[in-house]
Amino acid sequence: MTDPLDSYIDAAAAALAIPIRPEWKSEIRANLAVTFKFAALVGEKELTEDAEPAPVFKT
Amino acid sequence: MPSPRRSSKPEAAFDSGWATAGEIARSVAKGRVSAMSVVEDALARITAHDPVLNAFTDVLADRALRRARTIDAARAKRKTLGALAGVPFAVKNLFDVKGLPTRAGSKINRELPPAVQDQPLIERLEAAGAILVGALNMGEYAYDFTGENAHDGNAHNPHDVNRMTGGSSGGSAGAVAGGLVPLSLGSDTNGSIRVPSSFCGLFGLKPTYGRLTRARSFPFVASLDHLGPLARSARDLALAYDAMQGHDPGDPVCVNRPVEPTLAKLARGSKGLRIAVAGGYFTKGAFPEARAAMDRVAAALKANKEVEIPEAARARAAASVITSSEGAAVHLERLRTRAADFDPATRDRLIAGAMIPAVLVNRAQKFRRWYRGEMLKVFDKVDAILAPATPCTAPLIGQKAFVLDRVELPVRPNIGIYTQPISFIGLPVVAVPVSLDPLPIGVQIIAAPWREDIALRIAYALEQMGVCVAPRPKL
Repeated sequence: MTDPLDSYIDAAAAALAIPIRPEWKSEIRANLAVTFKFAALVGEKELTEDAEPAPVFKT
Repeated sequence: MPSPRRSSKPEAAFDSGWATAGEIARSVAKGRVSAMSVVEDALARITAHDPVLNAFTDVLADRALRRARTIDAARAKRKTLGALAGVPFAVKNLFDVKGLPTRAGSKINRELPPAVQDQPLIERLEAAGAILVGALNMGEYAYDFTGENAHDGNAHNPHDVNRMTGGSSGGSAGAVAGGLVPLSLGSDTNGSIRVPSSFCGLFGLKPTYGRLTRARSFPFVASLDHLGPLARSARDLALAYDAMQGHDPGDPVCVNRPVEPTLAKLARGSKGLRIAVAGGYFTKGAFPEARAAMDRVAAALKANKEVEIPEAARARAAASVITSSEGAAVHLERLRTRAADFDPATRDRLIAGAMIPAVLVNRAQKFRRWYRGEMLKVFDKVDAILAPATPCTAPLIGQKAFVLDRVELPVRPNIGIYTQPISFIGLPVVAVPVSLDPLPIGVQIIAAPWREDIALRIAYALEQMGVCVAPRPKL
């Protein structure tokens, strides 16, 4: 069965114009899966609607 | 013929191979040794040991010797010398060094034109009398915890050359721990000063995010990048750090704060400071060596209380998301046109990072601000927090996995589990070495934003107690 991330990787690579060799794909998929997992963990944290990023810390 | 005046207690022979930066500067200022001989000795040690350590990618002998001549001439004219007079140092090769392409550990960047000006921290150290002797090996584009490099060869740990230095400032640690130079500069995005300091038995300072200018250094992750020193003593960190402070409009993140010198505060030690041990997340996933080092440092400081760093696992996750995405943004054009010229381990992570949707990165940035607010509340109750620097001592070069509590874990991503949640919000940290047998390991001393002085005071106190000492390798 095809991993659903494979079609995402193909589409994203085309949209971003990044040529990918077939032999690179499994590591890219593994890394992408880990990062999505991390992002899901971050996303589980409820923050208020007015939470805004602070790119530079002054205090 | 009159005999030279001798003191009743002769001074110890000057050992330029293991003298601290402070000792070298004092000796040069007193005329006990010339800057020229110090630099010649450093160059001779590099020639002798670097073929094994592979810490240096560029040695700048002519430049260093010219500079040493200038320092000695200034002393001959009785001019006041700087606090780092005659101290040889070297920098991770992502710092611009005039005349060199800023390779940042890559194959691709060495095709860049040579830098036309030194990175400002080099300029500031040299203004204090230090002497740049070369540029140092590093993990490609700083996306690395191992010190391995597919293009320049791996950096080797001076305490066991079959083992990793840690990365990505691998050469920065190998050069100092191996006694080639007493001081180096590295960068730390997720742990790249603290990890190699831990594996190589050094003191390393990652200052507050925005404290030291990053202008004219090759970027990795704008939200998380820091520059800082590695040395064999806490005092040397303070000496170098004090010389490097100051606003620089060339780095949009560099904050316009007054210079806050730390050197004179070191002797205050740890007395009166509220020091706690990080609990929860930071007590899990560590090998016995990391726990032993923590116990030793906590006992010496009488740090009996534990504090919870809230949401540290999520902080590490968010740091990883931001790293993937911002790192990929830096390299997008190279990924489009030169992907085959990257180290495969870097390339595959960067390509994956380019595919992370922006909404997820934005969430991570929002969480970053929330987490920082929570951490500031922790610092209402304590002045410093102790945490392991790495879960293990230096793994073997090329090692892909280790077994902890009967679970096999990949080495690369797990080396930084304790450093990532701290640099994520830019807290100042000093990594201090604990000399376990056979290999050293580090402990992080974490302070509130802009309180590098506190972390350095504690590191200095531990050094004075003999608890944290940089071990000398047998080379």
